[in-house]
Amino acid sequence: MQPPVLQAQGFRKAYGDRVAVADVSFTLHAGEVLGLLGPNGAGKSTTVGMIAGFVPPDGGSATLGGVTLAGDARAYKRRIGLVPQDLALYEELPAQANVELFGALYGLPAARLKERAAEVMALVGLADRARDKPATFSGGMKRRLNIACALVHDPDVLLLDEPTAGVDPQSRNAIFDNIEALKRAGKALIYTTHYMEEVERLADRIVIIDHGRVVTTGTLAELLRTLPAPQTLQLDIDGAPDLAALRALPGVTQVQREGERLTIGLDELSAHAAGVLQALAAAGVPVRHLSSGRASLEDVFLALTGRQLRDCHRDPGAHTRCKPCWR
Amino acid sequence: MQALLALMRKDLVLYFSNRRAVLMSIVAPILIAAFFGSLFGGGNDKPANIAVAVTDLDRSALSARVVASLRSDSALSVSEAAEADAIAQVRAGKLRAAVVLPAGFGERAGGALFGGADKPEITLHYDPSQSMVLPLMRGLLAQHVMEPVAQNLFTHGAPLLNQLREQVSRNATMPADQRSELQGMFDSIVRVQERAASAPAGAALAPSFSVPFTLREQQASSRPEVAYNSYAHSFAGMGVQFILLMGVDLAVGLLLMRRLGLWKRLRAAPLSRGVLLGSHVASTSAIALVIFTVIYAVAMVAFGVRVQGSALGFVLVLVSFALLTASFGLLIAALGRTPEATRGLAILATLLLVMLGGAWVPSFIFPAWLQTVSLAVPTRWAIDGLDAMTWRGLPLGAALLPVAVMLGFTTAFFALALARFRWDE
Repeated sequence: MQPPVLQAQGFRKAYGDRVAVADVSFTLHAGEVLGLLGPNGAGKSTTVGMIAGFVPPDGGSATLGGVTLAGDARAYKRRIGLVPQDLALYEELPAQANVELFGALYGLPAARLKERAAEVMALVGLADRARDKPATFSGGMKRRLNIACALVHDPDVLLLDEPTAGVDPQSRNAIFDNIEALKRAGKALIYTTHYMEEVERLADRIVIIDHGRVVTTGTLAELLRTLPAPQTLQLDIDGAPDLAALRALPGVTQVQREGERLTIGLDELSAHAAGVLQALAAAGVPVRHLSSGRASLEDVFLALTGRQLRDCHRDPGAHTRCKPCWR
Repeated sequence: MQALLALMRKDLVLYFSNRRAVLMSIVAPILIAAFFGSLFGGGNDKPANIAVAVTDLDRSALSARVVASLRSDSALSVSEAAEADAIAQVRAGKLRAAVVLPAGFGERAGGALFGGADKPEITLHYDPSQSMVLPLMRGLLAQHVMEPVAQNLFTHGAPLLNQLREQVSRNATMPADQRSELQGMFDSIVRVQERAASAPAGAALAPSFSVPFTLREQQASSRPEVAYNSYAHSFAGMGVQFILLMGVDLAVGLLLMRRLGLWKRLRAAPLSRGVLLGSHVASTSAIALVIFTVIYAVAMVAFGVRVQGSALGFVLVLVSFALLTASFGLLIAALGRTPEATRGLAILATLLLVMLGGAWVPSFIFPAWLQTVSLAVPTRWAIDGLDAMTWRGLPLGAALLPVAVMLGFTTAFFALALARFRWDE
């Protein structure tokens, strides 16, 4: 296996008494999309800030292609592109001028700058709007321009912080296409979002962090396997089955009854569903309705991080991201 | 260097493509400076006439001469009105003052000239909101009353002289020798008047009273042949004001960059802190210089303002003030929290600085303590420096102290801004 292009090791960051990141480590390989997930205030943005080099860590380090983030970080920063969660654009500059400006900041030679800016404008589907100001763009177009500004200097690693927030399905799919194209081109991407289905679609590996620590990491399949019931059978029944007998059936990992609804967790639906139905029939319990389900990344996420709300009034750890308080 | 220039170019393009910014920074100071310049004298225009009313309750020949004398003064615009009407107009702000000449004025004024106790009382009603009018009217009244009263006394056949003669002869308390000398003086005056009256026309001048001096008015400006141009001061003041406001705008822009996530993006770029802040300082200074150049170009072409002093000194003052503006803006960005709150406070601070600097009204009308305080205000030095190099026509040496003081403030503002600047999110 190729060595990782990015290695984050033991990142720590505290703001006064509040520890934002306690211990975060992970690796990222070329051509890989890493989904970085966590509830509000978990430490995602601080982690992204430390990797991008604009939040100085209290401890730990990052190495990018052999260049360590320390001291004069300019060589390191040239190899990273940041797509901030906010639309970090100069709204009164024409779209391509925005891209060219950020290219110039990364030291792109003047002769290459316009050519490269035109390339990334074409990549994000904005070539025909290059001279228009972002102030006239839709939310989705601004998001795509936001990505173009981070790509212009051709970074090895792209950090995408909630790049699809507030965009329509068409723009979201266009952004997915861009990300998949970048992945095919061998770029390494870190993708943070609250939309689990996006990570399920795009990420090769997933890191979930909470309270400033990595709570799990792995592929989607690996994470789903950590759940006690990766697949479920839901039945609406009459009568009172023997729950202990059901739990003893092969492949059954979980049995739960709420009124007339019986939920049975199975480690493999196709192998063990028939046995459950036969057991119920044998016990004289009629089944009025039956459906099956598959556990999702959201189930993994909620199982690991809990269902408690994380807005700032309930969780001081989320205060820095609470926009009403922030304003 | 490429990044620094790219950031500077971006700032300049953004600023000058913003119509509101251009309007506020260039057009507004020109319009206001033109207005203030014309208000305070413009070229060589006389100040606007002061509207006053006169109520002549005496209706004597002497009081009529006083009214005529007041009317002839180009500093005044005199109308006659009944006392109540005149006072009402002053109260309503339509007139600056109302002068009431009392009944018996003509009869008693001459006698009072020699220390008589029965002085007629002229009442001067004035608008308290126009306090500068009061000392002006005191002086004008003294001139326009004294002259006809004294002339009346020394005119051939004037009854006043006889009245005074009788007054003295009847005065039993006056020592006899003094009474005799005064009567002798009156006799001498009568003889001179009679000789003058009987002489052929043009042979001799009748004695008369007039102001005992002539006044040659000379402006203490750059050179005797160069007239003071009040636009030079008003363009300096308004330029300073609106350029500082531009500095506030750019500083608030830095705070907005934090809110919009642009600051994160810039901090993630391979840029040193020197380039990040240096570009802000350089672009703010460059914009300030461009604005001042345009403002002064208009002042020179349209209003005849000239750099009568050292051209190098003028440039040094402008460059120092541009740097001062940049450091002031950086300090605001360092201390400010939210753009909205910072903009309000910074504009208030700017207006105070500008007012204390003497941009709105000349600092000599401030109380003494405030004039001293204003020396600690950098804008005072900017305006003084620009005045010195324009209409005062002073040499380079006169620019050095303002330049040094402004650079001192610039250094202090930078140091404080760097100490308080929040680099991290």
